Amino acid sequence: MEFKVRTMAECMAAGETPEILFWVGCAGSFDDRARKITKAVARILHHCGVSFAILGQEETCTGDPAKRAGNEFLFQMMAMQNIQVLEGYQVKKIVTACPHCFNTLKNEYPGLGGHYEVVHHTQLINSLIQDGKLSVAGGESFRGKRITFHDPCYLGRGNNVYEAPREVLVKLDAELVEMKRCRSNGLCCGAGGAQMFKEAEKGNKEVNIERTEDALEVKPHFIATGCPFCNTMMTDGVKHFEKEGEIQVKDIAELIAEAAEL
Amino acid sequence: MIAQASFLILLTIAGFLAWKRFRFVRRNILIGRDTPITGNAKDRWKTMLLVALGQGKMFSRPLAAVMHLFIYVGFVIINIEVIEILIDGIFGTHRILSFMGGLYDVLIGSFEILALLVIVACVVFLARRNVLHLLRFRQRELEGWPRTDANVILIIEILLMSAFLTMNAADGLLQMSGHVHYHDAGSFPVSRFVMPGLDGLSEGALVAVERFCWWFHIAGILAFIVYLTYSKHLHIILAFPNTWYSKLEPAGTFTNLDSVTREVKLMLDPQANPPSAAPASDTPQRFGARDVFDLSWVQLMNAYSCTECGRCTSECPANQTGKLLSPRKIMMDTRDRLEEVGACMDQHGGVWQDDGKSLLRDYITEEELWACTTCNACTQACPVNINPMEIIVDLRRYLIMEESKSPESITSMFNNIENNGAPWAMSPAERGSWAVG
Repeated sequence: MEFKVRTMAECMAAGETPEILFWVGCAGSFDDRARKITKAVARILHHCGVSFAILGQEETCTGDPAKRAGNEFLFQMMAMQNIQVLEGYQVKKIVTACPHCFNTLKNEYPGLGGHYEVVHHTQLINSLIQDGKLSVAGGESFRGKRITFHDPCYLGRGNNVYEAPREVLVKLDAELVEMKRCRSNGLCCGAGGAQMFKEAEKGNKEVNIERTEDALEVKPHFIATGCPFCNTMMTDGVKHFEKEGEIQVKDIAELIAEAAEL
Repeated sequence: MIAQASFLILLTIAGFLAWKRFRFVRRNILIGRDTPITGNAKDRWKTMLLVALGQGKMFSRPLAAVMHLFIYVGFVIINIEVIEILIDGIFGTHRILSFMGGLYDVLIGSFEILALLVIVACVVFLARRNVLHLLRFRQRELEGWPRTDANVILIIEILLMSAFLTMNAADGLLQMSGHVHYHDAGSFPVSRFVMPGLDGLSEGALVAVERFCWWFHIAGILAFIVYLTYSKHLHIILAFPNTWYSKLEPAGTFTNLDSVTREVKLMLDPQANPPSAAPASDTPQRFGARDVFDLSWVQLMNAYSCTECGRCTSECPANQTGKLLSPRKIMMDTRDRLEEVGACMDQHGGVWQDDGKSLLRDYITEEELWACTTCNACTQACPVNINPMEIIVDLRRYLIMEESKSPESITSMFNNIENNGAPWAMSPAERGSWAVG
């Protein structure tokens, strides 16, 4: 990175309290593709002068996949350890680019004693644009391009966030085209509920192929995502149809970073 | 006099049978675990009014919604007629409410129009189920009784409405002929088209037709009330409490098990009392669910509220891609198992005796459970806010926490989270490396 991303520990040592914690998540930290999304988010935050920090080595899995798979013990172990760490840094506000971390931190941690204001990165980006802190003119132009947005289950149906990602995308001056199944009716990418970490059960099709077909129908140049797991599934789907030459799968943060030339 | 006595006997028998069955269903639902009901009552009333009374979620599929609305409104409004039938039946009167005059004409007229709409809707629904081969009405869990049940309900409704219209037609003809018992009352915008079919019948025959239809209509309604307690049609009642008690939190929120919280706190806090110090009443329940006893009573009510429409299954990504999982089957299995458990309890004087079976495995297989992506498409689709996903996760919890049984890759995901704080085998030291590179 061209700038220093500070950890909460470093901030504390310097006697500073960042306004917002960027919860990177496991995919965002370790998955090569998702790391690009993480960097795009960090660049946007840095560019807008948002005072933020990450946990770095002190971050661990929120426990989401363990919980969805039925391992409530492991989930609560992770949750309580994370809550201790967050308490240590007096974290009040969290942004994350992963809807699974978002949902868990926002909805499931309060019951275990962790209360934070949690926002998804598309919500934060949307408010940065609305506040005039972020302008998307300057960089790559998306004029004439068709973009379709794939709703992540844990952002959309799970938490009723449908508009923020779309409000951001329309700023790109591109044509936002909706798949036949969108918003509350959107089809899952196939990764949720810990499916990401196992083979699918026997069937006649993979879920991500079914979903990619929805996307291909609207002939997009870009499939916009808001979840690192959806991103993987849709990228695989596009490759399956050998369309990677025509269609790019990008996170909203990446599209915005490109448009703002970050 | 004989007619009045017969009517009262009929009413008593139907009332007794229905009461017995409702008691059975209620007892079965209360087999479930207690569950905290969160949120405020205002939100719960609002949900019930919007979703159950207002049918808000039906309208994602407009044709079915409009047809269903005809039957729903028809059912509710035409039941005003039943009040009159009850009074007439008990006191031996005829069209007792006709003193309302013009208003009565409007009422009877609108009942007739609704009756016609109900017949139209039922015919459309029969066609959708039996001729059009819609996928969601063709799936394996509907084979046998569920398919018959659906057709029986539709046919009963058509017969009841036809009897009502024929009764009015005969009544109308008798009114015109000036029969002493049939004073002018009501308007017959639909049944007037039935009248030509009865033309030429003697006055005696018309009275016979009118009386037969009257008895058929009320006996049919009473029989239907008893029938619906054995049927998916129970949703007409349970949809209301079911939506009232449905989840208010964002759909992505899964409950945190309190029994687990206690144990995890003990594990993490060296200062805490050892587990042996915990009072005996704190002995944890089984973690997760193996059978209906381990589910909450709201989940069991969900099962009885399901009308097997299959919207959940048709929206389920796993089902759409050919996996075994069908959220509708999860609900039907839960109800069928609960009925079985209830019947078994009744055989043993209300006490449960293990029958060697369980909801998990005897009804729902592991393969079905592991196909769920927890995407909430099923809960979103359900017109009465049933939550099949929660049952799936509770059964998974049992598999994991009581049997340590999971697909191999899931086990390694757990191990990775436990050992290095991420679902993959990555070093925690690498976590921040994206920022450096």
